[in-house]
Parts: sequence; structure tokens; C-alpha cells
Amino acid sequence: MRRILRRREMVADDWIHLGEEAADGAALIVPLAELRKDAGRWWQWSGRLGVRITPIDRVEEIAEELPRLDLVAVEFPSPSEGRGYSQGRLLRERLGFRGELRAVGAGVRQDQVFLLARCGFDALELPEGEDADGACRALQRYDVAYQPGSPQTAIRRQRFFT
Amino acid sequence: MYEYDQLDQAFVDQRVAEFRDQTRRYVAGQLSEDEFRPLRLRNGLYLQRHAPMLRIAIPYGLLASRQLAKLADIARRYDRGFGHFTTRQNLQLNWPNLTDVPDILAELATVQMHAIQTSGNCVRNVTADHLAGIARDEIDDPRPYCEIIRQWATLHPEFTYLPRKFKIAVTGSPQDRAASEVHDIGLHMARDAQGSIGFTVLVGGGLGRAPMIGQVIRDFLPLADLLSYLEAILRVYNRHGRRDNLNKARIKILVKTLGIERFREQVEAEWQLGRASAARLPAEEVARVRSFFRPQPYLALEDFDASAGREPAFQAWYRYNTRPHRMSGYRAVFVSLKAHGQNPGDMSSEQMEAVAALAERVSFGLIRTTHNQNLLLADVRQSELYEVWLELARHQLAMPNIGTLTDMIACPGLDFCSLANAGTLGVAKQIQERFDNLDYLYDLGDIEIKMSGCMNACGHHHVGHIGILGVDKHGEEWYQITLGGSANGFTALGEVIGPSVPKTQVAATIERIVEAYRTLRAEGERFIDTFRRVGLAPFRESAYATHSAAA
Repeated sequence: MRRILRRREMVADDWIHLGEEAADGAALIVPLAELRKDAGRWWQWSGRLGVRITPIDRVEEIAEELPRLDLVAVEFPSPSEGRGYSQGRLLRERLGFRGELRAVGAGVRQDQVFLLARCGFDALELPEGEDADGACRALQRYDVAYQPGSPQTAIRRQRFFT
Repeated sequence: MYEYDQLDQAFVDQRVAEFRDQTRRYVAGQLSEDEFRPLRLRNGLYLQRHAPMLRIAIPYGLLASRQLAKLADIARRYDRGFGHFTTRQNLQLNWPNLTDVPDILAELATVQMHAIQTSGNCVRNVTADHLAGIARDEIDDPRPYCEIIRQWATLHPEFTYLPRKFKIAVTGSPQDRAASEVHDIGLHMARDAQGSIGFTVLVGGGLGRAPMIGQVIRDFLPLADLLSYLEAILRVYNRHGRRDNLNKARIKILVKTLGIERFREQVEAEWQLGRASAARLPAEEVARVRSFFRPQPYLALEDFDASAGREPAFQAWYRYNTRPHRMSGYRAVFVSLKAHGQNPGDMSSEQMEAVAALAERVSFGLIRTTHNQNLLLADVRQSELYEVWLELARHQLAMPNIGTLTDMIACPGLDFCSLANAGTLGVAKQIQERFDNLDYLYDLGDIEIKMSGCMNACGHHHVGHIGILGVDKHGEEWYQITLGGSANGFTALGEVIGPSVPKTQVAATIERIVEAYRTLRAEGERFIDTFRRVGLAPFRESAYATHSAAA
């Protein structure tokens, strides 16, 4: 079973991505395009439902559906893809999403996790082969920060506040 | 100058530890070159033609003597005993060993320095007017705001992986000495009707491919809103800037595509929605940072003509290499890094140490770097100028050519840089040799030559009165010449004069251009003004006169 880094701990993943083997009632993550295409089916899903968005998706477009979603997965296809950081902050700060905010994709590396956590991601799905211990350590690499950020890291002192 | 508190120090120390770990993983083969690249770039490290290049940040160009002495020491122990000052007011070391870089960064951290975000697609070193705090025409000292922006932009969680690099300049005077109109964001200090401090905000300027001049997005931004407004601009850019084509990824392309009105609408809308959750800039924090930039404890002195009765060499230096100061009895002194026979902007460890010690004695222990690749001692008593001149001359730092044709900007070019198409240092030498007559240089007056070895325009060639761009033509180095560029107040991009010229012909072509100017100029008219009056055509004719006859 896949393991993910959730709130600074490695835990077994209790979510399934569409296309993976899923029993009825499983917690399921469906790509936004698929959710739109077959809305009737997915909103009837018996288990918890999450959506997966790509860098070009505008988070404002899922604002109305957010209350019915337990998870939003944001894709980072490579480490240099930076749009997801804005998507994450907007989901948390502007759209008030309180469910699981998960970073997924090849770009979710240990050198990115600190920034991701500061932007409000509370779950990090590391790509296969990435060093989970390194990622755990990286979350605590800094105990100071200049900017406001999500309290997922070990920040004890910060310069600017909201 | 700003001094680190515990937060700043802890941050740079933790950053060094992070990069040490990243370097270790790279050397151990756990990170591929592709994976390591964005990480090392964000710590100023390039892998170059001959060796790595480390670009050390000098925030808004301000250095304490102990910092310059440390740079000298690092250059000697980890490099070949010299460094290169850049148009972003930073210092580049050209020969460090990759595996030494974490140690170099640790040494920098002991003197409150770093190499963070001097490269990579993130917010780069914030630059400022080199006369900040001492200029007579200043509205306010821009450096506290540069420091605030530096901190806000450092490892910003949302804006560390932007579509492309992002450069911000702040200027405190109506006379723009920071080339702010060719920056992604240019901030001009201003006062509103009540006299409160704020900024006129320009956006979308930039050199490189498709050079553009920044446009005003906001006439007046109150100081308290500085960070939230920057955040709004950066967010619109981060979300909508192009990422599919590196050459179209700068914010200037987004601004041009949308048009400034639509871009402004998006930023203002984003700002209104995002202000509440953006970083605030409380008055206490502004006061804290400003307190580090209080005026120096100047003596009450009278102005006098320090050059009167002195030898002509000193008089020439006084005239060209010193500038007026806000305080009577003081002048600002350029340390020329443009001695003929030397690479523009290069400085040896011995020279750095000499200037560090000199600054300690005569200029409150502070040194500034300028975007023209010189240094500046900002606060020298007029009564000490002669001694300062002697000391600088002893170290070949008193070439009296500031503002003249040989005070040229040049990037390191093909000799060092793996991006370059053509050499710049050889051409600089050629120009220095051909124009090695001070009387002739003085007769030509104020002419800015700016030279880049490739389209990336680190040498700001588009905004040189005479711009030189190295191009690769079937494996040979050729040079395209532009005229009429400027980044001082009246910002303009140079016009290409005609076909590029071979390497051996650059200085000769420039000589024909300036000779044409000597013929065309009105009494007392500067080169750039003659160009603006008569246009490109007469210069084009002269530039190729003998060249085309020969061909």
C-alpha cells in the first residue's frame, strides 16, 4: 500500500486514484476533467470523494463543489512547476478549503516539501523512489521563516504576518 | 547598514545546511544533474565552461568593510584571487570547486552574507540607486524598502518556482540611477498629497530577448501596502505567465500580451481579494529596518574645492570619479574597476582588502557596488580626498574615467560563461587600447558602452548609448552594434545600426561612430543628445564607411 507524508508523519494512504483498483466505498480521487465529464456518476460515489487538478486548472472553478469534497490533489508534474503553490494557497486562504490538500506528481520531492507545507499542503504523495525520511527531515529543515504560512512545519519565529 | 537579527542568522545557517545536504546527495549520485540544477541555481551556483561560477548576493549593493574583506579572503582561498562585480551589484567567483561551495556559503553566513536567489526562476537580488541616502535629489532612502523586499522574497513559499527570473529595483530619486524601467518591477519612491511615503509601480520592463520598457501599473502605492501589492503582481504572474516557452516566460510578455490595462485589472482584482491573507507591513517593522539606515554621524563641514592647486591628475580624478554629496564637506568617490588593460568589473583580493581598509578609515566602514560595475565610497570628507586618491592609485583603482567611454559594462562573455555566443573581454581590451588617451575620452564626454556576450543581456547592451551584442555566426564571433539606448531617466532601447561586424573591427567601428559624433555635435552636446537630434542615419553611414569600401 502506498504511504504518504501527512502532517509530518508517514502513514498508509487511505485514498485511491481513479484507475487504481478500488472497492465500492473506497475514498476515491477523480481528475477534474473526469468529474466534469461524468458528474452524475461521481457525485453518487458511495465513499469519500476527492478531485485532482492540473496546473492549468483555475481553482475558482471548483469553489462551489469544494464543500462536497474531502480532498483536493494538486499536480506537480515536475519540481519546476510552480503554479500549484498558488493553487494551494488560494484553496486554503481564499476558498476556505479545510479538507486534505495533497500534492501529487513527479515534482513532489524532498526539496519542495517545506514550501508545499508552508502553502497549506497537509499531505504529500512522494513519487516512487523518493526518500521519505529525507522528506520528513526536510519539513523541519527551517525553524524560521520570513513569510506567513501554514502551521505544518516547525516554524518558531516568523517575520511577516497576515 | 542592516544587521541580521536571530531570525536572519538562523535562516542563512539553515539554508547552508540544506545546500550542504543537497550537494552531498548530488555528489553521491542521489540527485541527477537535472534535479540538482534548480537547487544549486537558487544558491547562486552555475556549472560553467571551465569551472563552477558562484554568484554571491550583495543586497542593493551595500557592503561593510568586514564583508568585502571576507570576499577577498574567499576569493583567495577558494578561487584565483579575484572576483567580478555584476550589473546586479553582485560578485561572481569564476573558479570555485563544487564541493567547496557549502563551506564558502558557511563562511559568507559568518558575515551576514549569502548567495540565495542570485539565479534561478525566482525573485533575484533587489537593486537600488548607488547614491541612495546621499543624493541631493532624493525623496527617501530606498534601501530600507529593498531590505524589506529582500526578506519577503527570500524562500517565498509561493514564488520560488516562477515561470522565469524576476528582478526588482527601487529608486529613491527622480533621476533613475538603477535602470528601474528595465526591471520586471520598478519601484519609484514618491509622496502623496499628504506627504506620506509610497511608490509609483512599474511593471513589465526587462532586457534579454524582446527588451521592453516597464509601464506604470499604479501611480501611488502606499508603503503599508507594499508587500500585499507585490504579492498580487507575483501571483498573477505565477499563475498566468507562460511556462511552455522559456523565451516568452518573463512577466514582460504577459504584460504585453494582456496589455497594461487588462494586466492592471487582474492585479487590482487579485489585490482586493488577497490583501487580507497577504503579508502585512506594519509601521513598527518599517521603523525597525529604517533605523539601520540612519544618516551617518557626519561632521559639520564647509564645502571647498579640494582640487584647487593640486596636480592635473588629481584634478581629473576629482572631476570624473567623485560626486556631490547631500552633506556639505563630503563627496562620494568612485573606485574605478575600469583600469585599461583590466576586465571591466574585475577586482583582485588585494584590491578588495585595500578598499575595505580604506573605507574603514574614511567612509564609515561601508562600500557600495554600482550596477555600472564600479565600487563607491559614499561618505568621504573633502579634506581626505587627496589621501584617498593616492591610496586608490597605489592599487590601480583611480583610473579617472567614470562616465567616459571606457567606463563600459561588460559581462564575462565566452571566456567564462556557458550561455555566451561571443567574447566580451577581448573586445573590452581592444576598446581600452584604442581609446587609451584621456584627453580624447574627456573630449567625447559622457558615453555609455554596454556589452553582452549573448541575448540574455547581462551587460545591458540594449540600454547602452552604444550597445554591443556578441553573436555567433557560423562559429565565429561577430558583434551587433546598437545606438541610442539609455536607462537613466529617459529610458530608451538602442537601435541596431546595421550588419554585425567581425571581432577585429569593433573598436575601429566605434571610433568611426564617435568621430561622426564629434563632427555632428552642437556645442556642449552629449553623444546621446546628438543621437536623439540627428537619428541613426548619419552614424550608420560613418560606421561602415571604410568597412564597406574594404569589403
